[in-house]
Amino acid sequence: MSTDVRTPPAAPGTPAEPRRTARARRRIDWGRYYTWAVLAWLFLPILFMVAFSFNDPAGRHNITWQGFTLHWYKNAFAYPELNEAMFNSVSIALLTMLMSGVLGTLLGLALGRFSFRGKQLTNLVMFAAISAPEVVLGAALLSTFLMMGVTTGYWTTVVAHVMFCVSFVAITVRARVITLDPRLEEAAQDLGAGPWTTFRLVTLPMLFPAVMAGGLLAFALSIDDYIITTFVSGDVTTFPLWIWGTTRVGIPPQVNVMGTLLFLVGVILAVANIVMARRRR
Amino acid sequence: MNRKITPYALVLPAWAWLALFFVVPIGGMLSLSLTTGNVITGFQQTFAVGNYVDAVSTYWEQILRSLFYGACATVLCIAIGYPMAYWIAFKGGPYKSTYLLLILLPFFVSFVLRTISWRFLLSDTGVVLGPLKSIGLVPEGFALLNSATAVILGLAYNFLPFMILPIYAVLERMDPRMVEAAHDLYAGRFQAFVRVILPVSLPGVFAGVLMTFIPTSSDYVNASVLGGTHNTMIGNVIQTQYLINNNYPIASSITFVLMGLLLIGIFSYARALGTERVMEVHA
Amino acid sequence: MTRRRTLQAGGAAAAALALSACGVGGQQRDPAASEDYWADKEQTGSLRFANWPLYMDSERTQLQQFTESTGIEVDYKEDVQEAASFFGQIQPRLANGDDTGYDLMVLPNGFELAKLIELGYLVQLDHTRLPNYAEYAGESYKNTAYDPGNQFTVPYTSGITGIAYNPDYVDREITSIADLWDPEFEGKVGMMGDAQEIANFGLLLNGVNPADSTLEDWQAAAEKLREQRDAGIVRAYYDQDFIQPLTNGDLWMTMAWSGDIYQQNAEEGTNLKFVVPDEGATLWTDNLMIPYTSQAPVDAIELMNFLYDPEIATGLTEYIAYITPVPYAQEVMAEWADAEDGSERGEALREMSESSLVFPTEGDYQKLHNYVNLEADAQEEFASLFHEITQS
Repeated sequence: MSTDVRTPPAAPGTPAEPRRTARARRRIDWGRYYTWAVLAWLFLPILFMVAFSFNDPAGRHNITWQGFTLHWYKNAFAYPELNEAMFNSVSIALLTMLMSGVLGTLLGLALGRFSFRGKQLTNLVMFAAISAPEVVLGAALLSTFLMMGVTTGYWTTVVAHVMFCVSFVAITVRARVITLDPRLEEAAQDLGAGPWTTFRLVTLPMLFPAVMAGGLLAFALSIDDYIITTFVSGDVTTFPLWIWGTTRVGIPPQVNVMGTLLFLVGVILAVANIVMARRRR
Repeated sequence: MNRKITPYALVLPAWAWLALFFVVPIGGMLSLSLTTGNVITGFQQTFAVGNYVDAVSTYWEQILRSLFYGACATVLCIAIGYPMAYWIAFKGGPYKSTYLLLILLPFFVSFVLRTISWRFLLSDTGVVLGPLKSIGLVPEGFALLNSATAVILGLAYNFLPFMILPIYAVLERMDPRMVEAAHDLYAGRFQAFVRVILPVSLPGVFAGVLMTFIPTSSDYVNASVLGGTHNTMIGNVIQTQYLINNNYPIASSITFVLMGLLLIGIFSYARALGTERVMEVHA
Repeated sequence: MTRRRTLQAGGAAAAALALSACGVGGQQRDPAASEDYWADKEQTGSLRFANWPLYMDSERTQLQQFTESTGIEVDYKEDVQEAASFFGQIQPRLANGDDTGYDLMVLPNGFELAKLIELGYLVQLDHTRLPNYAEYAGESYKNTAYDPGNQFTVPYTSGITGIAYNPDYVDREITSIADLWDPEFEGKVGMMGDAQEIANFGLLLNGVNPADSTLEDWQAAAEKLREQRDAGIVRAYYDQDFIQPLTNGDLWMTMAWSGDIYQQNAEEGTNLKFVVPDEGATLWTDNLMIPYTSQAPVDAIELMNFLYDPEIATGLTEYIAYITPVPYAQEVMAEWADAEDGSERGEALREMSESSLVFPTEGDYQKLHNYVNLEADAQEEFASLFHEITQS
């Protein structure tokens, strides 16, 4: 981050602010311990999940520690149903990312750059779509599919996911568009670029980080969604749905393995981000 | 391209999508909530307003409980999240973004899987209660799992980042010199907080409340994994009526009631704060 | 209001009206007569089979044997995890006349099966194609109450809903349903969340045979169950996830299915006890059936017949540890145990062949009751009465 708000500690003996310096030296930074305690709480279930991906359970209930094994990593893909669920989840998330990325970018661009009739209404609908409870979104879609005689399945799931992700992408893109300098595009047009060329060579590259961020957000929202998906998925099983189904008979350690691998992707992204931030400093 | 048409061309695809799969379905649900029938005979449109009376009179308890659990979880999120957001924004130094990432990292693991993990952690002799019981800090018969406490804790756990992030966002933008100015004017730490920092951070808190209260009060995963008897939330009822009982009229009328209650809540909330502001911060 | 606004509002109102006139159409269909249906059907060489998890070993041994002997490939999916949601998944497809993705499926006796039959969504079985069933099925599996004359279904496996308890925590012998109401076990008792299962226990406690129960009986049973819940005795209502809390002590006793307890004890060396209570218990049956949109009904019915071969039935039972509809399997299993005498598998087979959980005795069958059969309207009344208990 570029702004460092930490007040530089005054050099000892500086007469400027004697009261605060003395205090700062005496004070224990409780905030730090507190923050780490909350983080520990946030990570507790994750630790549990990771640990039990190495467990060697006796039966089909992977809940008491029996011994260390790497067996499940070697056999991570032993459940065809789990693989299929994982494949469905990832492919639905990718499609959602792509479709809501395109729709949301166009929408965000319009909202950030132009004023037009119906803009307020658009904002209102987006706001409603973001704040509506998931259970309402799922139920409303299912009701309509039932009445229209639409059979729910893979594509209804994609439709639903795109629906609740579009607004998130649009908002991310809009925030970026507002900060852009329209004179850059004007300059391009003055130099003879057509609207399409201007968009492709000037606007889009500048928007790209926001489009990417919105798309990733859509991917994350889609792959993790359980509630809306249960209503509209029909005979398609996604990763969260499969986990839910197996809780009845015992979750196989492969689920922990896949959870751990997904988590690892997050860790790698985080570390990369930190390294980049360091380098920028 | 004509500048007048351009914005419409840009919004049209997303507009069509949201209209077709968000606005129309709400109308569809309203229509379904007024039908009567069953799976065998089909559901006929009879404008049966009585469905709403049935839904509310049968499930008012679950509706109120959901709002209550949602409120508890939201307050808990403020209590836990505010100090953390404050500390990261003012004391996080160069590691601010690292802390934010750490808060978000657990969310790379599926929501369902995280919640199910709590079921094992909270069991009567599990990792959390087992040690406390063996050193006598907690009585032997004490149980956490399958209680309202467990459900509320689970909700707070799952939605905490939605509270921390907006609060952090406003605090981070705050000019630290404002705090210094307060100190220079001989405001104590407490006074500086109440008079200067808190008012600035309120929009963040309001946005956080919106982003935690709505999903927590309509969630059903936590209640079905961590709850016991008398912990059913309205989301559980909606899910059961739609997917288990196939009683669509009742299911859709409860959903409509839930949506109506939350809408009234949001609008009065927005009224109190000014609509624009809520939508802006929320965005 | 401008003219344009008025037009917009009018358009929206018209759209809303058009939509509001809709309902969800009736879905019942007339089932084709048995011989008409089968007349033009031919073997396709492959079929898709939807079953419950843990209803066949991970090698799918019996299906391999089927493919070896008939050449028919089976695409086996553990897609049935809950009867109601599975019904919700296939019902819209069947209503549209679409393929469900399955040619053969397994569902328990219960509301969903009753609905499928009432809706006319199941193929009438051609019993001339089921010689093994005719020869080996036990008498009580030949004319089931929920499908008289087994027109649409044949049993895959059966089980008992009884009481399981963990003797590490319960230091007396549990013998009756009334024990589940004992305040001594406050907060440590598990009940099932399924409306029919829980209703049966309330009915049996009141001395009513579930199969003959009436609305008044249901209300009395619901009252009993409500007392039990409000006294704080029930910890939670479970689907099939009662085993793990029962093992680690979160639950001391619970309503349970026989095979789950048998499997858990065999796999993890636990010492859970299962009892058929004095008041009686219920016998449920998971059934094989063919949806009318099946693409390979001939292959499906061939597999149905194959699963009634005593050797095959024995192999299935060895893994799933529930009650097989082929009583003769007990003898076959005893023979297998003799052949493998002394080995670990031989021991397990011996134990199972002598277990009354897997092969109930005549006396046990006397204590076992059927479920009540209801039409759609009565089902709704019944379900809402008992969901009020479990979804408090």
